[in-house]
Amino acid sequence: MAETKRRDRVVLQGNEACAIGALAAGVDFFAGYPITPSSEIAELMSLCQPLAGGRFIQMEDEIASMAAVIGASLAGSRAMTATSGPGFSLMQENLGFAAIAEVPCLIVNVQRAGPSTGLPTQPAQMDVQQTRWGTHGDHSIIALAPSTVLECFTLTVECVSLAEEYRTPTVLLMDEIVGHMRESVALPAPGSYRVASRPTPESGLPGYCPYAECESGVSPLAAYGGEYRFHVTGLTHDRHGFPTMVDEEVDRKIRWIVGKIEDRADELASYEEFMVDDCDALLFAYGSTARVAKSSVRALRDEGVRAGLLRARTIWPFSRTRLQELAPQVRLVVVPEMNLGQLVLEVERAVCGRAPVLPLGRVDGHLFEPEEISEFVLKEVRR
Amino acid sequence: MSRAIEEARGYLRPSKKLPTVWCAGCGLGIIMSAMIRAIARLGVAKNDVAVVSGIGCTGRLPTYVDFNTLHTTHGRALAFATGLKLARPGMTVLTAMGDGDALAIGGNHFIHSCRRNIDMTAIVANNAIYGMTGGQYSPTTPHGKRGTTAPYGNVEHAFDCAALAVGAGATFVARTSVYHARELEKLIERALRHKGFSVVEVVANCFTSYGRMNEYASPVDMLRWMKESSVSVKAAEKLPPEKLEGKFTRGVIVERELPEFIQVYDDLHEELTSSPAAIERVRKIIETYDRSADRLKMKHV
Repeated sequence: MAETKRRDRVVLQGNEACAIGALAAGVDFFAGYPITPSSEIAELMSLCQPLAGGRFIQMEDEIASMAAVIGASLAGSRAMTATSGPGFSLMQENLGFAAIAEVPCLIVNVQRAGPSTGLPTQPAQMDVQQTRWGTHGDHSIIALAPSTVLECFTLTVECVSLAEEYRTPTVLLMDEIVGHMRESVALPAPGSYRVASRPTPESGLPGYCPYAECESGVSPLAAYGGEYRFHVTGLTHDRHGFPTMVDEEVDRKIRWIVGKIEDRADELASYEEFMVDDCDALLFAYGSTARVAKSSVRALRDEGVRAGLLRARTIWPFSRTRLQELAPQVRLVVVPEMNLGQLVLEVERAVCGRAPVLPLGRVDGHLFEPEEISEFVLKEVRR
Repeated sequence: MSRAIEEARGYLRPSKKLPTVWCAGCGLGIIMSAMIRAIARLGVAKNDVAVVSGIGCTGRLPTYVDFNTLHTTHGRALAFATGLKLARPGMTVLTAMGDGDALAIGGNHFIHSCRRNIDMTAIVANNAIYGMTGGQYSPTTPHGKRGTTAPYGNVEHAFDCAALAVGAGATFVARTSVYHARELEKLIERALRHKGFSVVEVVANCFTSYGRMNEYASPVDMLRWMKESSVSVKAAEKLPPEKLEGKFTRGVIVERELPEFIQVYDDLHEELTSSPAAIERVRKIIETYDRSADRLKMKHV
């Protein structure tokens, strides 16, 4: 490796890469509450934001953190918070507010084992369905899961961009392993990755509607303190943002916030495919589990099993298309997760009976061993 | 009176939002009107004002006023306002909360806002009851008084909102009632002019629920009670404790200077980015994380 290249590399922890990614994406507001295994993100933010001219504040709890993030975003900031399971539970209330009021923001959840205080702070992937359904009421969400330290950087940037573009809360669904793991990474050069902004209204409009219908599916969002005054509420609201109980307006609102994300599930889907083309034993995994699954695929190939890995970067919205394409060619799909079967439910719905879909769960606070997955697959294919 | 109405009219949303959801005779209209007149006296542009609320009868106040308005979740108004103010320090930020909103579900945010001293104003409409949900007892319902969840009289003891704010470190604390409408306007104006976190507790009348269950036959009876049961802070100083039994004090209770959060934060930013030694020290730290310090928007580093 060339000398300059080596100089570009840094040894980073996943949480640090996430914070650097957020700054790279222009995040200028962070509110949070300390919780392991996410605290390094807040610590790095408290170091950098006062320098960068952005804001860092440690709130009294995670409810307040999420609230402050939304307030800052409505005032035009790119805002985020970071937490883990117990804090994520507290954030659900205002996450729902961000969903219905269509406020861009990023929540990083470095997952640890639960429920409740659970097993601090061993890794888990137990918040997958909570991310989708944790707050009450119909809504949708975008969630990405990194498997590497580099992806902690790139997917944080992408989560910020998607939050802005779709006017929605997004979740970076990390886990304790990827958060605390250190890798040597060469961060992509500034300018080599996309950083998107929220749509904003033109100047000089006779009236501004923060929830106007528009073809793109995402209406322009002004900022408090700018040219337009407007009202935002967690009540079901009309295009002006004022509360409404009119049947058609209520129906339209709920379909709008769900549809703007779910209708674009294929567009939002991002996968890594490893030896998938000819595979007949498909592993479907995400996060740190997917790293292990990759080793398992190699081991299975050595045993003569045509194994492959479909690694999901996008968890929500869940796109079924790629799995539907692969379903006819595979004999079975195995979904290893550090939970007792969460994303496997979505895989089952996609495969829809065309092949057996087998969950493989681990919930003792440890990551899988590669042999655990490969032996499970071997046993099943030789059954 | 007509002057007050005329003054307020220019700050009410012209669209379909009137009449209000509040019961005829409710004190919240008096609070909204006093708040508007206080803001008018400051002379700030409507675009530079944000009014944030939580849930309940008071929570509906922002719908009617022609500012930047944010109707949030129950108890969280101050936390939302904190983010808003930090992002737009030039804005005048007020929160309007009821006693349940500010002191029960939002009690934690209330005390920490007092401690943090961010330049915002909290108006707490204290009617000693949960009005919108039908008259359940609140953290300021006096001991022995009735609510729909205290049919035999309140077993618990009440918070003194203003004393709580003082204890939690608020740098401006005042109290009056909806009977004292002009005084209320002046106190809100002083609170808005105060540099730091300010609290104005407004003793309010929910005659529909609280009055009905506690033997006040009409809104007028409740207003009369406010007139007769309140003592100015100055007069109270000269009275023995037994004369203050069952009464509340009105006026400015605390007014003091303490470094304001955003000012301190901005001074820190200035200090970190102006000294070459500090910049060099910071560059070394940042480069352990990222070789491209520019990426972190630290062009000066």
